[in-house]
Amino acid sequence: MKIAVVRFPGSNCDQDCLRALQDGLEVDAEYLWHKETSAAGYDAIVLPGGFSYGDYLRCGAIAAFSPVMRAIIEAANHGTPVFGVCNGFQVLCETGLLGGALIRNRSLLFLCQPVVLKIENNSTPFTRLLNEKSLLRMPIAHGEGAFYADGSTLAELEDNGQVVFRYVDEHGEATSEANPNGSMNNIAGICNPAGNVVGMMPHPDRSWDRRLGSEDGLQLFKSLVETLLSVAA
Amino acid sequence: MSTPLIVFRMKLEVLVMPKRTVLDPQGVAVRNAVRELGLENVETVRVGKIIEIEFSAEPDEKKLNEICRDLLSNEVIEDYRVVGTTTSFP
Repeated sequence: MKIAVVRFPGSNCDQDCLRALQDGLEVDAEYLWHKETSAAGYDAIVLPGGFSYGDYLRCGAIAAFSPVMRAIIEAANHGTPVFGVCNGFQVLCETGLLGGALIRNRSLLFLCQPVVLKIENNSTPFTRLLNEKSLLRMPIAHGEGAFYADGSTLAELEDNGQVVFRYVDEHGEATSEANPNGSMNNIAGICNPAGNVVGMMPHPDRSWDRRLGSEDGLQLFKSLVETLLSVAA
Repeated sequence: MSTPLIVFRMKLEVLVMPKRTVLDPQGVAVRNAVRELGLENVETVRVGKIIEIEFSAEPDEKKLNEICRDLLSNEVIEDYRVVGTTTSFP
């Protein structure tokens, strides 16, 4: 099993993702440079957080057209699990692999704070070890994390169970107070219709060890590894 | 005697604006500042961007529109218009 962590110029959570996989789970993981034209040989691909290509034009917009993304889109369409965290989520929305877009936080502030997430879909490769409705704690760190989609896209996401994570309060309620950035329907993460492509704004890569304040994020990477092992078996 | 060098240049401006249905918190912040500065009858402000592009020859229109739609703007949240076409022969 081998997992790729993509590196764009401006990625800054690439090491966090690699450490979570290598140190947290002792999985074979390596960096994949943005200029590579093939993603062959990888069982899963992680798009890390950061400011790819300076986030010029829009967050993730230029990264979406990088050579490696062409290969990743093809791999995703053939069922390879692809996980976008923070800027990685923005890249996935820009490629069209995921619906909607991430826009400026309603408060205009760059938000760096812990949030509580509710698992709304535990059938993706990244959430299968978790119980539906269970709560996870991890940080967000973004300026453009407000999820936006037009009415029909939003209805489709909700009706198909493509909302994977929602911002909630300590009681698991998706209140407006628990919504840090103005995301529609408190959406923190979604998947594609097939479920193999998942994007989320919060950082499981910054919450995979008790020393980081939470190890809830490790559950998502562990779910991926379990999924890959069960496919291989 | 040298032949004068004629360079064909075409300048386009791509105007990208947030869709009216999309919340533009940047525009709201600017509107509030405009109001604070004394223009109390300000209704709305929306902040977009202008991307200036120069070509050495006329661009393929279909390709240009694809690039405006897919790269220069995001049709989920923005509209674009190609404006300010000027041609010069310096």
